[in-house]
Amino acid sequence: MNRLIPRALMAPAVVTLLLWMIVPLAMTIYFSAVRYDLMQPDQTGFIGLMNYEFFITDPDFGPSVLNTLLLLGSVIVITVVLGVALALLVNEAFPGRGLVRVLLISPFFVMPTANALLWKHMMMNPVYGVLSQVWIFFGMTPVDWLTDLPLLSVIIMVAWQWLPFACLIFITSLQSLDRDQMEAAGMDGANAFQKFWFLTLPHLGRPIAVVIMIEMIFLLSIFAEIFTTTGGGPGNASTNVAFLIYKQALLNFDVGVASAGALFAVVLANIAAVFLIRLVGKNLD
Amino acid sequence: MKHLFLVIRTVSAWGLTLLLVFPLIWLLLTAFKTELQAIAVPPQLFFTPTLDNFAEVQVRSDYLLFAKNSIITSVLSTLLGLAIAAPAAYSMAFFRTRWTRDVLMWMLSTKMMPAVGALLPIYVMAQSAGMLDTLTGLTIVFTLSNLPIMVWMLYSGFKDIPPDILEAARMDGASIWGEFVHVIRPLAMGPLASTGLLCLVLSWNEAFWSLNLSSAKAGTLAVLIASYSSPEGLFWAKLSAASLLAIAPIVVVGWFSQKQLVQGLTFGAVK
Repeated sequence: MNRLIPRALMAPAVVTLLLWMIVPLAMTIYFSAVRYDLMQPDQTGFIGLMNYEFFITDPDFGPSVLNTLLLLGSVIVITVVLGVALALLVNEAFPGRGLVRVLLISPFFVMPTANALLWKHMMMNPVYGVLSQVWIFFGMTPVDWLTDLPLLSVIIMVAWQWLPFACLIFITSLQSLDRDQMEAAGMDGANAFQKFWFLTLPHLGRPIAVVIMIEMIFLLSIFAEIFTTTGGGPGNASTNVAFLIYKQALLNFDVGVASAGALFAVVLANIAAVFLIRLVGKNLD
Repeated sequence: MKHLFLVIRTVSAWGLTLLLVFPLIWLLLTAFKTELQAIAVPPQLFFTPTLDNFAEVQVRSDYLLFAKNSIITSVLSTLLGLAIAAPAAYSMAFFRTRWTRDVLMWMLSTKMMPAVGALLPIYVMAQSAGMLDTLTGLTIVFTLSNLPIMVWMLYSGFKDIPPDILEAARMDGASIWGEFVHVIRPLAMGPLASTGLLCLVLSWNEAFWSLNLSSAKAGTLAVLIASYSSPEGLFWAKLSAASLLAIAPIVVVGWFSQKQLVQGLTFGAVK
């Protein structure tokens, strides 16, 4: 009796999550091994690994993997470096610190589509955008961001959204830094850089690892920003793996090839996930 | 010397913060401009504010319908999620078995699946069940994609309830139900509220599933805003007004739920 009730309480969550994970995964694996093109519904049947071959030999595949990694890497570097710097800056008392910290995290709560269009139109428009006015003010030729630097534009939008997240986590973590140790180091003649390098940075090691891994999971499948601004273009200049799968499935209607791509994305994400799960798991005991 | 440092710190912190939130300040200003003022060169900082854009957004794109969809899907998925996650988290926090750890880890791992990996099956299933572009379909998908985070947050919240209290209640002969109503419920309100808040934020801002599974009928505000993507015409002021209405409530909620957000999104790995 007393063993049954706890299990019954867990059942709904376990069963729904099991379905949510297993059923789509099984279907994706199945789709990826059959001919399933909505434009050619008469052609069906098992085709082995041909969909994978199609996906990987697609001329957009190489660039999309590269774009995914570039997007991921740049955003991680920007958010971690600037995030640590900002967190250190607002960690000490100064007038208006509470307000600064509230303002600082606001971009994280902006929905991705609003974020993307705010940047696309009001900031990055080559004629009327704020950035082009700034460029003109400094006597430079305005940049047509989304046409000439599409991937960088997406990187800026995504980094703007995730910098506050990284910063917020570093601020939280800095609050548990041992003040006495800091003061003792100061008395012993350590300068600001030494204190940062030998005390603060090691303390931030764990939160930095967490930020990197969480961003990996979310940023590997960035979609809305690309969908609403560049549409993956010009050409394939800002197409990442997630957007390529979407293009194959809902624009080219080739479910089979898209499913093969989806499994590729799952594998890619799981490489990141293994590390995060280990780290979090240590925390459970 | 110390005074100088304080001045430098204050100026640079405020300067960088204002730079970072400048796009949002600009959005706020543009929402109250006319379309011509919105694209004026050089950009205008001072102007006579107008409320026309807000009325126009409603007339041209039925803003309230999308807002209603956003409210319904995020509130329902939050409540549904809490109803499924709370018993599970309660059971794992207070009746630990040797499987508890594995179950938690497995739940976490389902969140690691990139959404795009499940897009096709979910799309096909929603289509055959007639749930494309319906509020029911979106609510179910939002609930499921937030469920792992909710179980985790509630689990760590419940675990902070001291077990001594429970033991005392059991000694006094309380049943599982009595224990739940009289002891756990009052103490669990905090974790429940913060988990709900986080889930509300995540569902409200969700864009991947809403863009792919909904459009004119069940579209959320994220979908409405995405429809302003076209390069033609004068619409910046209206886009700003629509965006402002869509993000303002959740930014305010976000300000109050920062701490929960850190814990929820890092699965308790940073405290």
